[in-house]
Amino acid sequence: MSIDTLRPPAHAEHSGPLHAVRGFFRAREIPVAGALVVLVIITTLINPRFLSPQSMKDLMLNATIVIILAVGQALVIITENVDLSIGSILGLVAFGTGTLFNAWPGVPIPVVFLGGMLFGAVLGAINGFLVTAAKVPALVITLGTMYIFRGILTSWAGSKQYFSGDNPKAFGNLSVDVFLGIPIITIVAIVVVIAVGIFMHSVRAGRDLYAIGSDRDAARLFGIAVGPRVLAAFIASGALTGLAGVLYTSRYNSVGALTGSGLELDVVAAVVVGGVAISGGTGTVFGAAIGAVLLSTITSSLTATRVDKFWQQAFVGMLILAAIIVDRAVSVRNARKLRVSESRDV
Amino acid sequence: MSETLSPTIVKARSGLAKRLTGSDAIIIYILIAVVIVSMISVRFFASTLTVGFLSIQVIPILLIAMPMALVIISGEIDLSVASIAGLTSAVMGVLWRDSGWDIGIVILVSVLVGVVCGVFNGFLITTLGLPSLAVTIGTLALYRGLALVVIGDQKVANFPKELNTFVLSKIGTTGIPVVMIFVVIIIAFFAVLLHFTPFGRGLYALGFSKEAATFVGIRVGQAKFWLFVGTGVVSSIVGVFLTLRLASAGPDNGTGMELSVIAAVLLGGVSIFGGKGSIPGVVGGVLLIGVLTYSLRLAKVPETALIIVTGSLLVLSVVAPSIVSWARERLRLARVHRVVQQTPSSGSPHA
Repeated sequence: MSIDTLRPPAHAEHSGPLHAVRGFFRAREIPVAGALVVLVIITTLINPRFLSPQSMKDLMLNATIVIILAVGQALVIITENVDLSIGSILGLVAFGTGTLFNAWPGVPIPVVFLGGMLFGAVLGAINGFLVTAAKVPALVITLGTMYIFRGILTSWAGSKQYFSGDNPKAFGNLSVDVFLGIPIITIVAIVVVIAVGIFMHSVRAGRDLYAIGSDRDAARLFGIAVGPRVLAAFIASGALTGLAGVLYTSRYNSVGALTGSGLELDVVAAVVVGGVAISGGTGTVFGAAIGAVLLSTITSSLTATRVDKFWQQAFVGMLILAAIIVDRAVSVRNARKLRVSESRDV
Repeated sequence: MSETLSPTIVKARSGLAKRLTGSDAIIIYILIAVVIVSMISVRFFASTLTVGFLSIQVIPILLIAMPMALVIISGEIDLSVASIAGLTSAVMGVLWRDSGWDIGIVILVSVLVGVVCGVFNGFLITTLGLPSLAVTIGTLALYRGLALVVIGDQKVANFPKELNTFVLSKIGTTGIPVVMIFVVIIIAFFAVLLHFTPFGRGLYALGFSKEAATFVGIRVGQAKFWLFVGTGVVSSIVGVFLTLRLASAGPDNGTGMELSVIAAVLLGGVSIFGGKGSIPGVVGGVLLIGVLTYSLRLAKVPETALIIVTGSLLVLSVVAPSIVSWARERLRLARVHRVVQQTPSSGSPHA
């Protein structure tokens, strides 16, 4: 039974088209995606310009960075850990990117991306190593490294800032140019979501992360290398955060000591809204990505509908609470159903 | 063999000795050492001004750390504290500006904000059974958002001058702020509650194992509910304090404080797993961060180094016990190994 529950919801039912459809509608991503669609429809009814090409492009650009961060964070949360240091990692990588362009203006752009991801991966590895070696909750370790990384960044950057004008034009154009109406950096994010999504759905190592998050001891008994897997999740999260940091430098006007601070809770919120349970073991990176899009779209649609901008954060809070409550209701219902069906089997 | 070795070691270290080598005692030793080193090496540290500035600075974190320690000991967490303080500040500002009430009533109503926020957290966590980490990330955003809704981006600053002077006033020439008396009362309240009442002892059981606590007759839901109301009320008091100290009510009062509070509590020896920790340790942890920050700032160490120190202390405080226990285990195994090896060579009868 425990192995069955590890499978994604769409496959939990017996095979057959009807079950597949039913499973699809029971997936945790559906309510979130539904909320997103409703939000976009209502906003467009009030302000038709909300779906104009320029506005669409802005929506996608705003969501890009959070989507990538949410995918990385989802990997960590699925293993029943959390990474609070991502805001600081993003800041370090973003400032590092600015420094790199300043020191070596002709650097090939792929090298910048590789370097940024590598830098992020190293920082993620520090987190992962501390978490797995010292067996201390990730919440505490990453809270500490959040301060440490931020401190290193502020002493490195001081009051210095790098502006988008300092970077090569080709790099800045990544967040200006579009392909089929989609900005290049958003395409990067979509590729990341699909690649990690497939990995988590179909690859053994990805499934192991779910097993670890559901029941760490059982996973260990089952022969899963818990420590290395969790370490890998942190490294992957760090590398994705590094990627987001490089894209941040391309997208935004300036990077400095404060870049990315306070981002960590927004990203955790996006992941939770997307149906990834904070207690680990459930949810998908697709859900996390939709949660990220939903949260960043709310901001734009409040502006578009001329709702007092001060309501924005309160809405986000209510949304998070609603997501947790819905999630709870679904899992209680599933547990009851499971109990009934099991007693029938006996 | 191993069973006979370890209990004797534990038994030998009982009572007073245990108290003097426990983790909260170590924090207090480090605190004393830091204070002495600062007094010797940092100019202007050894003065009554230090006491005043230092206390005014640590009071918010010290206050919230008390109920937070209880919450973490019972195995939960509350990230919404700073937002509750911000919401309280916003409500207080608007009430003072628009209602025309007496400042006493305004403060009283503002503290009620904390009660309501705490009840809401408690309801979601205990009645609906939702995880506190997720819930309070949500209310962190919600309460801060409501603060913005209430007061917008304005500031209210025309509070009675006497109150600001009262908050900053000192007891005689000692440099200790008068409000410190209230702070000590609140600390004493939580210390007694945690260490000397059945409710407080129950929290340890609760943090250790929720099921076991239920079986021994602790009303788990009720206990947790009141803890969250407690953090709400104290956070509100801090919101009022911050407003009066800065003589300004705004939506961003106390932003980001939740993580500093949690860092201080964990540094003070409270286990994030729950079931372990003490009030003296937490007070030591808060003061340690406060004194270090203050004396480094006085010694003109750049602000950035302070953040690194705070973070490293936090990591070290949780990693160190793991390293110590790992080293102890190694030593014990080595000793067992030696004893086992010696046994056959000494030609003992049962070999």
